[in-house]
Amino acid sequence: MVTRLPEVDVVIVGMGWAGGILSKELAEAGLRVVGLERGQMRKPGLDYGVPAIRDELRYRSRLDLMQDVARDTITIRNNPSQEALPMRRLGSFLPGEGVGGTAIHWSGHTWRWTDMEFKIRSYYEDRYGRDFIPNDMTVQDWGITYDELEPYYEHFERIAAVSGKAGNLRGEIQEGGNPFEAPRQNEYSLPALSPILSNIKFTEAAQNLGYHPFPRPSANASVAYTNPDGVNYGACQYCGYCQRFGCEANAKGSPHVAVIPLAMQSPNFELRTQAWASKVLKDSDGTRVTGVAYTDLMTGEEYEQPAGIVILAAYAINNVHLMLLSEIGEPYDPVTQTGIIGKNYSYQCNRATVLFFEGSKFNPFINAGGSYATFDDFNTNLDFDREPHDFVGGYTMAGGFNTYLPIGWRPVPNGTPRWGTAWKAATASGFQSAMRINATGSVMSNRYNYYDLDSTYQNALGQPLMRMTFDYQENEHKLLAHSARIMNEMAASMNPTIVNPATEGTTPWSVVPYQSTHNTGGAIMGTSPDTSAVNKYLQNWDYHNLFVVGANVYPHNAAYNPTGPLGALTYWTADAIKNRYINNPGSLL
Amino acid sequence: MSDSKVDRRDFIKTTVVGGAAAASAAGAVTLHEAQAQTENEPVQPATTSAAGYSFLNLEEAAFVEALVDHMIPADQFTPRGTDVGVNIFIDRALAGAWGKGDRLYRSGPWREGVPAQGYQLPLTPSELYREGIQLTNAHCNMTYGRSFDRLEAAQREEVLIALSSQKVDFGSESIAREFWNILYQTVMEGMFSDPIYGGNRNKVGWRMIGFPGVIGFNREHVKNYLDRELPGEPISIEDMS
Repeated sequence: MVTRLPEVDVVIVGMGWAGGILSKELAEAGLRVVGLERGQMRKPGLDYGVPAIRDELRYRSRLDLMQDVARDTITIRNNPSQEALPMRRLGSFLPGEGVGGTAIHWSGHTWRWTDMEFKIRSYYEDRYGRDFIPNDMTVQDWGITYDELEPYYEHFERIAAVSGKAGNLRGEIQEGGNPFEAPRQNEYSLPALSPILSNIKFTEAAQNLGYHPFPRPSANASVAYTNPDGVNYGACQYCGYCQRFGCEANAKGSPHVAVIPLAMQSPNFELRTQAWASKVLKDSDGTRVTGVAYTDLMTGEEYEQPAGIVILAAYAINNVHLMLLSEIGEPYDPVTQTGIIGKNYSYQCNRATVLFFEGSKFNPFINAGGSYATFDDFNTNLDFDREPHDFVGGYTMAGGFNTYLPIGWRPVPNGTPRWGTAWKAATASGFQSAMRINATGSVMSNRYNYYDLDSTYQNALGQPLMRMTFDYQENEHKLLAHSARIMNEMAASMNPTIVNPATEGTTPWSVVPYQSTHNTGGAIMGTSPDTSAVNKYLQNWDYHNLFVVGANVYPHNAAYNPTGPLGALTYWTADAIKNRYINNPGSLL
Repeated sequence: MSDSKVDRRDFIKTTVVGGAAAASAAGAVTLHEAQAQTENEPVQPATTSAAGYSFLNLEEAAFVEALVDHMIPADQFTPRGTDVGVNIFIDRALAGAWGKGDRLYRSGPWREGVPAQGYQLPLTPSELYREGIQLTNAHCNMTYGRSFDRLEAAQREEVLIALSSQKVDFGSESIAREFWNILYQTVMEGMFSDPIYGGNRNKVGWRMIGFPGVIGFNREHVKNYLDRELPGEPISIEDMS
């Protein structure tokens, strides 16, 4: 028994950054908007308050704010010859659940991806020739430019309370910022975060080696701040409980602080929590979608919410899953390389080294989510010649701390016993005397990294799970080996008492250790329906009233974390819907 | 039982028989005294250091106590594991939602898979713990002629090294690997999680490394304690509640 509800103008699936921004913008534009969120309502003052939020076991180990994989997960394998098995526990990545989504527990790192990403195939082919990009590397230009997104980047940075230091203002390189960033029209609204000892040591060492370190831009309000919408942020307390936690100080740029409360002030917006969207509904002639089917998780009742516009704004993985379940577009097949949906799943890769400085007091419990000194000399730096190293993409390198709590962070020199008095001695000394340098690398899309529907395992609604086929390819192994060499040189130049060096070796991607909640691709943007699921306005090519908003639209993944372009693209899409689509429904191109 | 020393399991069995008497002795107030006290002030709850288990049976408790006391011996850094409450932490964790499979996808079919695919056993954490203890004790009985809790320290060390490097034959590589993972994970959690969960008693784990606990208003500290130790006692959730 399915109950069909009265039609509204817009139904939005998911209530993180993308869903929150679009709910506010479209409701304020006069559209009647219904938001569907699978998780529960959370009240920051009650749910993220001290002391209960300062609980590493509950939030960091037991993942209290994350998607519950007992009822919905994915299956995983490294390559098509393996049998995919369910991700029975979260590990490698941590999608959030509840009002605010993954942006409740993110750290806030907010980057501006540049034309180096948006025009990736053109850039590498122009510079290195057509043969430089391997055959199976399915990167493509995105169909959008940095100049188009620049004002939207700036707006998102102001809404989300991003603290930072400009490195390039209208072409003028700025002291203290990132000289390799693309030109910004204006400085950040908030000054960069205060450095911690590991930032200072890293910065000195990087400068000594001729690199260009800068404080990482992050949505952690470095001072108390009121954003352009009148939302008040508290000042970051460097509490050391950022990643995987909600912010007690209201200092972290988050949709449940910045946009969802404003949407809820509008009589045009209705938020339904515990509402699990199961399918996008389509009309019979295949030109329009008509709404969303969902299950009320309080009663088990099924509903259909008809709407003039459907927006998928769930976590990137779940958006693609909904596309496949709803049979929107042709599923991708890696053998024939036909089809679109599921194509170009990408991730990130990383390497790290731990340095021990006897007698130092790093206070790893004093940090903001963005307490990283970073350099981009091997990332957005156009002068870094990839040809001798034979890889596409790049990596950031950083020194700092973000949420290094004692269950998860107990650095000891390699070879230390894992229990007993010797372990305690090393642990007691290592906690204060160790710092970490890490590299985060891009992952290029590849023919054999993709999603499709699993034929064996099901979720709690009885639907097939999404199947993820992914591994690092030769390109990533070369990139990581390069990063390990640079990192080990950096570490040696700092004269640590002891160092656990970065390894150059290659291993398959594993779902077990946490790596990065930056899953991209699967329903990608592009210049043609032959190669992409959505156009530059994140509008589906087949169904013009379906918009798919999430990092699933990225045709490859960069070393930079994905939320900056996601925020910018969401405001860009909101403008396109408000200013053009509602007056003239149809293709925006 | 060839061991001439009083075995802990025998001791527990004895005290269970005399439980009521033992409890009232520890409680230190008679009913009459309690009634008299209510007229003046509330009766203070009796504090007890005895380990009351809500999940572990006698054999499992003996294993866990021996394990945590071996991995966390009494020394200049901390008291031994049972005095830090790590055994209690483990018992509560296994008895609670996590131990019973919360946030674990449990549908079949089950396949061994490759290590990169992570946990693939049909077992909940509490079931895995129970099976793993039995398998470890079987290994100990076969190798040394007695269960883990009755081994000499050097023998326990050998067993843990074998477990940690998956050199024991449990008939399943996955069970051997995942049992060690969960054992190590829970001992560390019991040592370093907030004392509200029964371990890290008196915040000794936090004191050992210099972790200040739940207090996190470091806005001034970030500048004032650059390369300097932050003074003061660690604070727990209970301290602030």
